Amino acid sequence: MSPFESLSLLAVTEWARVFLLRDYNTRIVLCGTVLLGIAGGVIGALMLLRKRALVADVASHAALPGIGAAYLLMESYRPDSGRWVPGLLLGATISAALGLLFAQGMGRIRRIKEDAALAITLSLFFGVGIALLTWIQALPTGHAAGLSEFLFGKAAALLARDITSIAVAGGIAVGVVVLLRKEFCLLCFDSEYALASGWPVHGLDVLLTALVIMMTVVGMQSVGLLLIVALMVLPPTAARFWTDRFEPLLWLSGTIGGASAAGGVILSALVPKFAAGAVIVLSGSLLFALSFLFGTRRGVWWRYRGTAATQRQIALDDLLRACYEILEPYLHSPDALTEHPIAQSELLQKGRWSLARLQPLLRLAERSDLLRRDFQDRWRLTATGRRAAIQAARNHRLWELYLIHYADIPLVGADRSADAFEHSLRPEILEQLETMLETQSPRLTVPSNPHAPHDPKLSATATEVRP
Amino acid sequence: MNNASPPLNVHDLTVAYQRQPVLWNVDYAAPAARLVAIVGPNGAGKSTLIKALLELIPRATGEVQFFGQSYAESRQRVAYVPQRTTVDWDFPVTAHDVVTMGLYGRLGWFRPVTRAARLEALEALERVGLADFARRQISQLSGGQQQRVFLARALVQRADLYLMDEPFAGVDAATERTIIGLLQALRSEGKTALVVHHDLQTVQEYFDDVLLLNMRVIAAGPVATVFNAENLKRTYGGKLALLDQVGHQMVLAGRTQ
Repeated sequence: MSPFESLSLLAVTEWARVFLLRDYNTRIVLCGTVLLGIAGGVIGALMLLRKRALVADVASHAALPGIGAAYLLMESYRPDSGRWVPGLLLGATISAALGLLFAQGMGRIRRIKEDAALAITLSLFFGVGIALLTWIQALPTGHAAGLSEFLFGKAAALLARDITSIAVAGGIAVGVVVLLRKEFCLLCFDSEYALASGWPVHGLDVLLTALVIMMTVVGMQSVGLLLIVALMVLPPTAARFWTDRFEPLLWLSGTIGGASAAGGVILSALVPKFAAGAVIVLSGSLLFALSFLFGTRRGVWWRYRGTAATQRQIALDDLLRACYEILEPYLHSPDALTEHPIAQSELLQKGRWSLARLQPLLRLAERSDLLRRDFQDRWRLTATGRRAAIQAARNHRLWELYLIHYADIPLVGADRSADAFEHSLRPEILEQLETMLETQSPRLTVPSNPHAPHDPKLSATATEVRP
Repeated sequence: MNNASPPLNVHDLTVAYQRQPVLWNVDYAAPAARLVAIVGPNGAGKSTLIKALLELIPRATGEVQFFGQSYAESRQRVAYVPQRTTVDWDFPVTAHDVVTMGLYGRLGWFRPVTRAARLEALEALERVGLADFARRQISQLSGGQQQRVFLARALVQRADLYLMDEPFAGVDAATERTIIGLLQALRSEGKTALVVHHDLQTVQEYFDDVLLLNMRVIAAGPVATVFNAENLKRTYGGKLALLDQVGHQMVLAGRTQ
């Protein structure tokens, strides 16, 4: 076996090991972070809709001094007991709660806006936390304390009991949201109405904040307190590109959170050089980017497609209308619209298109079965094309007449403004236009061209063509 | 049920923002089965009055009774239609969802939204002429349609008193007609509506009573007797300089204490 073959074999077994979850450690880590991702996504969706996405960030940063203080307290009580995780997490919880209370209190001061209050709290608490941590590092026992794990997380080294705490916290969070989804929806959409209807808005807010603190604190161990906010903000923002409903948004956000956690853990197990927390956030960002681009609710791609389709339609309408205008002099013979040929040069004479733009447009019309080409390279309207051409000409004329008669637009401007609007006319507006303009000529289907040289015979009886 | 009590009885209500009074000693009793316009210049405290009645902002002094009871006891009989601009219309809910929210109070804690509730909400949407828009996400509605959704949310509550904050602001003619038609229907069912209204021209046409407000009650009563040039001049004749000054002094005094 060549060295290359053995290497690739190794890679394959490695991939198989990770993907088939043979590894106990991977299984544990995957389980824990996916649970965290789901719960974080669900709670994060609520915070985003409540317009308090930053609160999670403040909570996580404000937790840091609590960890340091808890460590010091426990060490002074009994040396070597400082790394007891429940104690550290309790400290983190208390200090995160204090931080949010502090921010809220500061927001009450009239001169300080809410965002400034949050930013001040975040930096103040985080600063104190870092100061405490560096001091602890300098202590004889401190170096081994490993408190910096809380900053960046240690997803790859999660233990079974960490998973238990994440599972319990995540279960509580999701359970509360399931029970109170209708109340939370009302709170997030219209808190003033909720208050007027007698719901305890303040209590619900406190509950939501408590859930955020809880998820932040248990999540710190795996993703790290600097990045935990991403797990609460990216999934709901991504989910918003797929749904316009509240409950689907919650559960989709949870799913995206879980998926980004799973993706991150698997990737970091394959490439152990990267910190799992960072890879989780990156895979969440990837899902966000995909949703932003391809999401069915206002994703960039669909919007682009929609615009392109509209523009194609407008170009075709213009082309057909030009055909109609060219054929107008021959309308006295019954089948002129489908039988009379149009030369490319006649279309070019309209001055609307250059040759380079007209040719692809004609090909498009041919593909769309609106025009057909004969062996002499001349064009005729198909049956569909005939209907569409009458429609396009009619819309344009109706709108033009309206502009001239009711909006006092001068004759010269009317053509161009009609171009701008006629394509977005909805059927009910067209109907209105028709009734409005009926007095002009009672039997009109396509009104005559207001720009046509005044020929009393033509303009008196508007050409009658039934679509 | 105490039907003899007026739908709304306000006694000596004073409201202050940051110690500065914006409403002084409001005394008012709303008659039953009447449409009442609350009229006054900008900053006169019209919205503030409604919010204070609903305990959304604290009262400095005063007593408010709905149907002879406190607000907490009579919540189900009072429906609130806030200003359209108070919420984010990009929120991921449909028109139907928003109207259903009017029934949450009756459903109670933890109970999921029932089919019956959703049907009832649909009926309310029909009443405001939006049945075809039930499944639309609310940002895809026009301003007038959004206002009608809010109205439908209040309707499902089947309240006896409706407090509406500028329902006619920035709506199309069709919506204005729908709203006024609904208000008249409510009145014929013996219900009362207090409506913050800006358009002085339509007061006489739309309303039975009027409450002229400019930091205090200038006049209140039937449109025919109260809505006259002299009262309007008193209402719109600039902010009441004296009250404003005193209010400001109270704030300054509070700061130096």
